[in-house]
Amino acid sequence: MAAKTLYDKLWDAHVVRSEPDGTSLLYIDRHLVHEVTSPQAFEGLRMAGRPVWRTNSVVATPDHNVPTTDRHVGIADPISRTQVETLDQNCSDFGIDEFRMDDIRQGIVHVVGPEQGATLPGMTVVCGDSHTSTHGAFGALAHGIGTSEVEHVLATQCLVQQKMQNMRVTVKGHAPEGVTAKDIVLAIIGEIGTAGGTGCALEFAGEAIMDLSVEGRMTVCNMAIEAGARAGMVAVDEKTIAYFEGRPFAPKGAEWEAAVAAWRELHSDADAVFDKEVVIDAARLKPMVTWGTSPEMVLPVDASVPDPAAEADKVKATGMQKALEYMGLKAGMPISAIPVDRVFIGSCTNSRIEDLRQAAEVAKGKKVAASVKQALVVPGSGLVKQQAEAEGLDKVFIEAGFEWREPGCSMCLAMNADRLEPGEHCASTSNRNFEGRQGKDGRTHLVSPSMAAAAAIHGHFVDVRSA
Amino acid sequence: MDKFTQLTGVAAPMDRPNVDTDAIIPKQFLKSIKRSGFGPNLFDEWRYLDHGEPGMDNSKRPINPDFVLNLPRYAGTQILLARDNFGCGSSREHAPWALLDFGIRAVIAPSFADIFYNNCFKNGILPIRLDAATVQKLFEAEAASEQPWQPTIDLQAKTITTPEGEVIAFEVDDTRRHNLLNGLDDIGLTLQHVDDIRAYEQRRATEAPWLFPGRG
Repeated sequence: MAAKTLYDKLWDAHVVRSEPDGTSLLYIDRHLVHEVTSPQAFEGLRMAGRPVWRTNSVVATPDHNVPTTDRHVGIADPISRTQVETLDQNCSDFGIDEFRMDDIRQGIVHVVGPEQGATLPGMTVVCGDSHTSTHGAFGALAHGIGTSEVEHVLATQCLVQQKMQNMRVTVKGHAPEGVTAKDIVLAIIGEIGTAGGTGCALEFAGEAIMDLSVEGRMTVCNMAIEAGARAGMVAVDEKTIAYFEGRPFAPKGAEWEAAVAAWRELHSDADAVFDKEVVIDAARLKPMVTWGTSPEMVLPVDASVPDPAAEADKVKATGMQKALEYMGLKAGMPISAIPVDRVFIGSCTNSRIEDLRQAAEVAKGKKVAASVKQALVVPGSGLVKQQAEAEGLDKVFIEAGFEWREPGCSMCLAMNADRLEPGEHCASTSNRNFEGRQGKDGRTHLVSPSMAAAAAIHGHFVDVRSA
Repeated sequence: MDKFTQLTGVAAPMDRPNVDTDAIIPKQFLKSIKRSGFGPNLFDEWRYLDHGEPGMDNSKRPINPDFVLNLPRYAGTQILLARDNFGCGSSREHAPWALLDFGIRAVIAPSFADIFYNNCFKNGILPIRLDAATVQKLFEAEAASEQPWQPTIDLQAKTITTPEGEVIAFEVDDTRRHNLLNGLDDIGLTLQHVDDIRAYEQRRATEAPWLFPGRG
């Protein structure tokens, strides 16, 4: 039998039927739903009189619009409130499990899914959200879909798909101390570009990836989409299996044993062939900071803002020039000289317990710089918040001058009340530094949780390894 | 969904790479629970000088006179000429909804982000991939034209014909082309295969019962 990649195995196990041009119906095991990209899909079902094909494949939670303060008073913005109430109504009308705003299990859908064991190795996972790639971290085929596809999966349990190409990024060797999952994925995006993985299912491999915890691998796969790949994935190992044991939605008893046996096959065969291969040397990686308005505009913290005049590609140089103007930065300025006005620790990229531990370690016994207007810590779920509080991390943050908030997407995309003011620079553990992403004319710099905490303490970017 | 067969219309240049879906339709407009009405807020942050919020009277807002779609030459634009990685970022289908609501039916670029590319076909918009050199030539032809530049896109023939008479071929999957030419509803088509889906579920529930809780 021909050697297969992890993606080949996942694809083959889920094809229901194929057309001669390769267009296939792919069966979906888990459908995650949130309030922003689902209302039009449910409305479509109602108008066509179609039921949900398999209600127990769907798990919903509101995350994008939810407030991160004063939960008990509800949502002040009437339009946001309507959207969350619409989700509640749709879930109750169609018989779908939902972790509502007042449920301890509520949180960012990509934190909640794995935490509950609702997303598992070997599954096909979709959600109307591009960061669904997160769930590939444990050998699942997971990717974002549009609202028409949300409706399609609700109605048919399938997705119309063309098989993607196989791409592998191998991060060989071990990452130096102080270099986190976030730095690794930012370095990968810097290397291959934001369109480097377009049309591909992107497998992350190598010692530096397998050294990471399952949470760290989620951070890496989360940002596969920022490298252009809809789906990112990592092979299953013992850490993956240990992570899922005992989770509420995970199989139990004999089914657990059978599942584990199947999951151990979820890796690319040794002689599998990839359409594209990239190898990165982990030893040379450093903590990373984005300087521009695209995640590929990223450099190590000890570098300087680049000069568009030195870029040979004219289209690229124009993009760099526009980015520098928007960011209010000058070529040649050291990255460590960029002042930070706000700090955001959170998002589906970096709001798990491990992320909060990393940030707290840096913040412990220190104070947020007087020049920093606000430093937010937003846990990824109610259960992450509870765990952090049990470990006393909330106190570490509060004593250092950070605000300790309720779970949600928050300032990653500023659909709720948390946002940047025009011109403000933000050290953010989120995933996108696009123009306006965190508030009109806001300036986002993507970093790891420990780098964000260090920037909060110093009021500018610093190398966390020497801070 | 509206069919797409042939289109002749004004093309406007969006001369920057990595135009993301946050730029196409900023997040505050995603709070709508409808599919329509996003057109006035397409490229909101570039198009207007103030900060837009849902519910504002957009006709009274100060427009950015330098933004390409505000120039008189591009009135009634139906086609966008774009650069690499158009539509990157968020999966929001509000992006193609906003383009469509504004009147745009086709986007030509060297590359598109995968999710956006896919979302276009679900909404009667044709995204056309051409190599970067050809796209550059189209940008130059548009800029050199005294009149608003109006190419013709023929999906049946898979060609773009420029006003100068040049014919450029493009590729698109057969299934997507067929569905777009006929304005077909994907869900209706998939539901013709209900038996296949049920047979798959039955087989898979035996192989991997933990994926089908409550079935046994």
